Amino acid sequence: MTTALQTLTGHKDRVWNVSWNPQGTILTTCGTDHSIRIWAKEGDTWTSKNVMSDAHSRTVRCVAWSPCGNTLASASFDATVNIWDCKTADIECVATLEGHDNEVKCVSWSASGSLLATCSRDKSVWVWEVGEDDEYECLAVMPSHTQDVKKVTFHPSLDILASASYDNSIKLYKESNDDWSVFCTLNGHESTVWSIAFDGSGQRLASCSDDRTVKIWQEYQPGNNEGIATPNNEPAWKCVCTLSGFHNRAIYDIAWCRLTGAIATSCGDDVIHVFKEQPQADKNAPMFDLILTIPQAHTDDVNSVSWNPTVAGLLASGSDDCTVKLWDFTHIF
Amino acid sequence: MSGRGGLENINPQVYGRAGNRPEGPNDWNDDVPDLFDAREIFDLIRHIRDPEHPLSLEELNVVEESACEVEDMGEGGQGKVVVHFTPTIPHCSMASLIGLSIRLKLLQTLPARLKVDVRITPGTHASELAINKQLADKERVAAAVENPQLLELPCLRLPEQTPIETQEKTVWSVV
Repeated sequence: MTTALQTLTGHKDRVWNVSWNPQGTILTTCGTDHSIRIWAKEGDTWTSKNVMSDAHSRTVRCVAWSPCGNTLASASFDATVNIWDCKTADIECVATLEGHDNEVKCVSWSASGSLLATCSRDKSVWVWEVGEDDEYECLAVMPSHTQDVKKVTFHPSLDILASASYDNSIKLYKESNDDWSVFCTLNGHESTVWSIAFDGSGQRLASCSDDRTVKIWQEYQPGNNEGIATPNNEPAWKCVCTLSGFHNRAIYDIAWCRLTGAIATSCGDDVIHVFKEQPQADKNAPMFDLILTIPQAHTDDVNSVSWNPTVAGLLASGSDDCTVKLWDFTHIF
Repeated sequence: MSGRGGLENINPQVYGRAGNRPEGPNDWNDDVPDLFDAREIFDLIRHIRDPEHPLSLEELNVVEESACEVEDMGEGGQGKVVVHFTPTIPHCSMASLIGLSIRLKLLQTLPARLKVDVRITPGTHASELAINKQLADKERVAAAVENPQLLELPCLRLPEQTPIETQEKTVWSVV
C-alpha cells in the first residue's frame, strides 16, 4: 500500500488544480478558496512559500507556468485570467485577460511561451499572443464546441492546440494564413471529456472522461503507411486504445509523464491509477498496463494530477478533501 | 419561468406527509454504528421547497423514500447515495433547479465518504438526459453555487423562509 510522500494542507476548500513550474522546483496549487499557493522544497520537506489569498474574486480553477518559468497564469470562475510576474519573491499581477462570458476553466502556454490559450463555459477557446511589456493580444476567439470547454492544452513542441469539452468531443486547432481554426474533431467518448494530455512526442493524445474511460489517440500524417485517410491534407487522429473498467466514477484529470511515459489518472472514486504502455507494442494498437493503483489516495474526489517535469516518478495530486499530496513512484520504473 | 406568465403547473396534485421516523432500540446507543439509510436521506430532502408552489418536494411527490437508495459502508469505506426525483410534469422547466437543490442539500450535509448521484426518475421528463448530465457535473454545480443570486431562490433556501419570485439564471441552465 503506497502512502503519500507528504500531505500539504492549507487550502480552506477544494483544490482544483496542481501544477509544477518547468524546473520542477515549485508546485503551485489553486482552488475554491480564491487562493493560489506556492510550495517549494526546503531541505527534505515541501513547505508553503507563498499564499496569494485573493488571487481572484471567485474559485481559481487552473494555474499554469510559462516555459521560461518566470510567469504564472491563473484562470478563474470570475471570468478572467491573471498573469503574475514571479521573477522575484514579490509576486505581482501584471495583466488581467478579460473577454470570456463566464467561468474560465483552463489556461495553457505554448511550448515557445509566445502564445496562451484559455477556455470557458461560454463554449469558446481563445488564443492570445504574449507581447512585450505584459501586453496580451487576443488572436482568436473560437466558439467551436457546442458546450463548456473543460480543458485546453498546447502540443509539446508545435503551435497546435487541443481542447476537451462537455459536448463529449476533443478538438484540435492550428493556425494557417494567420487564422486559427479547428482541423480535427475527435469523437468517441460518451460523456464530458474532462482532461487531455499529449505525450512527449506530441503524436499521441490521452483523454479522460465522465464516461469512466481513458482513450489514447494516435496522429496519422498525410502519406502515412497505414493508409489512414487524411482529408484536406491535415493530420488525422484515431482512437487506438480505450482503457475501461478501471475507474468507478468520472475521471477528472490525466497526466502523461514526458520522462517515463507513464500515464496517471485522478478519479471521482478517490483513486489514483498509473498506466504504462507495453514495450514493443504495435503503434496502431498499443496496450497499456495498470502498473499502480492507490485506493483512497485522498478522502474525496481527486481533481488533478501532475508529474514533476524534472524528477521522474514524482507526482502531485489535488483533491476535494482540500489537501495536496506528493507521491514518490520511482520504485515502479 | 414560463413565458405564458403564471405558474407552469397550476393545479398540482398534493400528497400527504410521512410522519416522524419511529424510534428503534439502538438509536441512543453510542456503541452501535449509525449508518445512513433511505429514510434518513429522505428526511434531509423532503422539506425542500418547490420553486413555484408553497409546498415541499414531499408534498408534491417529487421525492419519496422509495426513490432514495443508500449503500453506506461506514467510516473508512466508500458508500453511495442515489436519489431519483420526479418532476410534476414532463416539461417542467424547474426540474433542473429542483435537482440542484436536492444535490446541494445532500452535499452540504452528508460526509465525504458517500458519493451522491441525483437523477430524474427515468421516463418522467423530456430533457432527462441533459438534466442528469448537468447535475452530475460538479464543476457546473460548484460554479452555480458561487452565484449569490441563485442561492436566493426559495428551493435553495431554508424551509421556513417565504418564497420569492423566481427568475431563470444563466449560471444554471434551465433545460
